[in-house]
Amino acid sequence: MKSLTPEVMATSLGQVGGILAVIAVAVVVLEFLLFILLKKALHYRYAIPFMLIAPGVIGLVLLNVYPIAYEVGLAFSNMNLLRFRNPTYSLGIVWDNLKSVFAAPVLKQQYFFPVFLRTALWTGIQVSFHVGLGLFLAILLNRPMKLRGLYRTLLVVPWALPQVVASLAWRGEFNFEYGFPNVMLTRLGLHAVQWKSNPFWNFVAMNITNIWLGIPFMAVILLGGLQSLSKSYFEAADMDGAGGWTKLRSITLPLIKPILAPAVVLGVIWTFNNFNVPFFINENNLETSDILVTALFRAAFDFNRYGFSAMFALVIFLILLGITILYMRIISFSPSALASRKAKETLTVGEKA
Amino acid sequence: MSKKSFIYRFFHRSVGDSPAKRTVIHVVLIVACVISIYPALRVFSVSIRPGNRVLSTDLALIPRGATFEAYLTVVRDKDFLLWVWNSFFITITTSAIGVIIASTSAYGFSRWNFPGRNAGLIALLATQMIPAPMLMIPLYIIAARLGLINTWRGLVIAYSVSSIPFSIWILKGYYDTIPLELEQSAMIDGASRMGAFYRIILPLSAPSLAIAFLFNFTSAWNEFLLARIMLQKKEMLTWTLGLRQMQGQFQTQWAEFSAAAIMISIPVMALFFYSSKWLISGLTLGSVKE
Repeated sequence: MKSLTPEVMATSLGQVGGILAVIAVAVVVLEFLLFILLKKALHYRYAIPFMLIAPGVIGLVLLNVYPIAYEVGLAFSNMNLLRFRNPTYSLGIVWDNLKSVFAAPVLKQQYFFPVFLRTALWTGIQVSFHVGLGLFLAILLNRPMKLRGLYRTLLVVPWALPQVVASLAWRGEFNFEYGFPNVMLTRLGLHAVQWKSNPFWNFVAMNITNIWLGIPFMAVILLGGLQSLSKSYFEAADMDGAGGWTKLRSITLPLIKPILAPAVVLGVIWTFNNFNVPFFINENNLETSDILVTALFRAAFDFNRYGFSAMFALVIFLILLGITILYMRIISFSPSALASRKAKETLTVGEKA
Repeated sequence: MSKKSFIYRFFHRSVGDSPAKRTVIHVVLIVACVISIYPALRVFSVSIRPGNRVLSTDLALIPRGATFEAYLTVVRDKDFLLWVWNSFFITITTSAIGVIIASTSAYGFSRWNFPGRNAGLIALLATQMIPAPMLMIPLYIIAARLGLINTWRGLVIAYSVSSIPFSIWILKGYYDTIPLELEQSAMIDGASRMGAFYRIILPLSAPSLAIAFLFNFTSAWNEFLLARIMLQKKEMLTWTLGLRQMQGQFQTQWAEFSAAAIMISIPVMALFFYSSKWLISGLTLGSVKE
């Protein structure tokens, strides 16, 4: 209470008001210039759409394109805390940076490849559990039964909680003496676990937290997919005497692929990029619990090696890009194929009705 | 019946399950629900522990001598309200800017097949792949050079823009379902193109505008990384930074931390459940629609 004074509120509102005015003026000037140039001078037929998208495009250029270009530039530099104002840029340095990503520890002890393998393991574990258990729960929930609405509501609680709150709460619960996992283990007559100082158990702890956090999203998305499937496929398979496993594999999975595939792609990208959970659970800054993105953050902001980190970031980005393209090739996923499949589905449903 | 019929019925049969099978399904779901809500209930139970028994190995959900003391302490003696205020005004402002910019851009993408349109849509998706820590390095250095560290200005611009790609996809998907004839007839009646957009399309799109606003709101409200880099002054912390700081003093402030966590979470969860129908349909809409 004491710190939220009217002066503080006035200062923050004043600053925000100022920047809002700047944005508004900038948009008006931009639109006016575009109007003069495209409409009046060139009589361009797409003048209106370009005027419509211009503010968004410029915003994204400022926030994404320019910083990435800047980052590429940084990768040519030896900028760190000492050389923050006057870094040197050269081709030799870009080569040094690239070499030190792979041939020297990215933090104090850990090299690039162990961190990379850990990230792959983390992503693999997470996406398998999310999809596997999410599909399992979705299938259980996809039937008329009592209390279904209640189950659904309770099961999405981890998704509804703010991620920062959930990760910090779990971090507290992994306390050796007072956290509930250890209290339960000791009551069961087992040994309490060093969740925070033992590298292996810390990795387990971050996996437990994120599995708990991520299942509801998959379950809800897949339940939506299951509910859109027509019962007639299953009835027909019944008549042919297909077993349950066969049906799951050859009817359910192929039919929900249009929902499953983008959800898995998103899941891989989100998990690979998940910062909050590994960063918060790793309270003792164990390098053995760092995945690529948290290692990147520490290299940049704990060790202040900006030039090196820029190169490290570019390497991570290329890996992510490669994985995504490869995955999309493998499952032959493309937005347009998806849309036409969806259109066909809607058509057949429409015909029946 | 084959051996597989149990698995089959377990997974697919909805009517005519035997009572035993139905019991198994309910038991599995109840166990899943307990696992899902126990950690959240646990935060609540720690938050109402009395001051002298905060650190205990008690597992009871309602501790002996339960009290809301910690809530009062957090509101009165900590900077909690300041953090909430900081998060709140910046979130509202940036969500509004973000949705306004996205709503017009999405209209451009929906109604005109201008050169570069498809490339633009794919580029929007690609921005979602960029790891956030990757952007932090250049953003921090640029902000430091421009003197934007410890100001709200840099954060306002960054938060406003960061949800625009997702909002454009959601809104474009929705505009695509609105027939062109509606605008054409308005234009025959003398409305300008933008007049038709403002008077016909925008009111019709209220549900998807709400989804976009909500998405902007939650992502800015829960943001940690950029705030951590840009804001260092004590009086500028957002709730994510403040809560992190409280958790650092775990041994002494577990009950206070939990109370703050509960107070942050309840409105967010209420909003989530209130809007979950639209939110979820919006998510599938965004991912499935071309």
